[in-house]
Amino acid sequence: MQLGIESGMATYSTNEFKSGLKIMIDNAPCNIVENEFVKPGKGQAFNRVKIRNLITGRVVEKTFKSGESVEAADVMEDDYQYLYNDGEAYHFMHPTSFEQVAADNNAVGDAAKWLKEEDVVMLTLWNDNPISVTPPNFVELDVVETDPGLKGDTSGSGGKPATLSTGAVVRVPLFVQIGETIKCDTRSGEYVSRVK
Amino acid sequence: MKKLPAKNECWRPSAAITALRQRAELLCCIRQFFADQKVWEVDPPLLAQFGVSDPHLDNFCADFGDRRYLQTSPEYAMKRLLAAGSGDIYSLGKAFRPDEQGQHHNAEFTLLEWYRIGWNHHQLMDEVAALVCMILGCNQPEKWTYCQLFEDFVGCNPITASDTELDQTMRQHRLEDVLVATGERDDKLAMLMHYVIEPQIGQHAPCFVYDYPASQAALARLSKDDSKVAERFELYYQGVELANGYHELTDPEAQASRFRTDNQIRERLEKAQVNSDWRLISALESGLPDCAGVALGVDRLLMLKLGCATIAEVLPFAWDRA
Repeated sequence: MQLGIESGMATYSTNEFKSGLKIMIDNAPCNIVENEFVKPGKGQAFNRVKIRNLITGRVVEKTFKSGESVEAADVMEDDYQYLYNDGEAYHFMHPTSFEQVAADNNAVGDAAKWLKEEDVVMLTLWNDNPISVTPPNFVELDVVETDPGLKGDTSGSGGKPATLSTGAVVRVPLFVQIGETIKCDTRSGEYVSRVK
Repeated sequence: MKKLPAKNECWRPSAAITALRQRAELLCCIRQFFADQKVWEVDPPLLAQFGVSDPHLDNFCADFGDRRYLQTSPEYAMKRLLAAGSGDIYSLGKAFRPDEQGQHHNAEFTLLEWYRIGWNHHQLMDEVAALVCMILGCNQPEKWTYCQLFEDFVGCNPITASDTELDQTMRQHRLEDVLVATGERDDKLAMLMHYVIEPQIGQHAPCFVYDYPASQAALARLSKDDSKVAERFELYYQGVELANGYHELTDPEAQASRFRTDNQIRERLEKAQVNSDWRLISALESGLPDCAGVALGVDRLLMLKLGCATIAEVLPFAWDRA
């Protein structure tokens, strides 16, 4: 990373581009998902990148002339423990510095339905403010509501919806009952197993 | 996302040892091929007093009181040898192009370049085909003119299409973001070539593309029958750009004029002006024999032979480990 002397901003040159690099595009922090260097036999070289806007989650393609500089985004990702929701914001604590941060509904988004107090999640912070929350790949949650279902049907063929303690609704096999704890995959939103 | 190897593993070669042994065999094979053809090997200097004029290439510079330039190809030196009466020659060595880093690019790479006296680009394409087929054991290459490819795969004529037409064509092929970044007409053509044509050609057999628009002549002569096209060719195979060749420009005045044009384009691109290599012009004035020449990426050839996806897999130590 170089310091642009005139502006005092940190910038990256296209030859530093790689997936995972965080850059500012149209005033929004973005993550480079894919970087392709294109150099015709004779002609201008380009870097064509797929970038994810870290605020909206949208992925777009963008092309830069090789050698151009792009402002770096002050984005960092770290593990935080989820504490509680006070109705206005979700509160998290860094496990070693004990520093606390609050994230609003926009930042938490869909992750809210997987947040269980004391679970460790990954926060993405831009200029020290949380902009997104990534829950653990697997979470264990209690079933608070589901149809009692048919006794003896253990095939799990059809399944039924179950509401979990966090408000998430997942399809579970018919044998799963209220009060039981189940393991879910937060990436697919699917039931994995019962937890004894 | 690919994780970087732990720091303590970075001493290791980028390529497997077996790949490096095949690299040694490939170099041997190339030298034998030229020995059989009675083309002799030369090793031109890497640190020369002049850099490249091509506006889209740059040199690494080394300063020892006077400035020297790591060569982007041995072309200028080899043409001076040809003008001095060397006869058919080849060079198999390193070339350097800063800022070229990617799946198929390493800023330091191995280039095979050779020249045939009295040949045109078609005769040289036949010899490139013989070498490549021998090494890769592949089918005989196809041949397409640049114009025919654009007409069949892109649906426009690259020489007569208006700028508006080209812009529309790029949008049709979902290259809006590329369009925004490209200023010059030739950049647009190059990107249509890369994103639309290249994926469709040279999959089952290598593919020669020849007779480029005159604006992309580089150091090729213009066709006697049609001055809108240059007698230049490239070879593509399985998404890899493998070789670039010319029926060489021998006219010193035309050469000097191309040096001037390159500097004009450099000015437009806000790049530093380049001192033209007057020794090359003098060599041409003294008389460069009618000849054809080609440069072929040896690392890429090995990638294709071994089925590797990245150039790093065939280099002892790729850029990040060198």
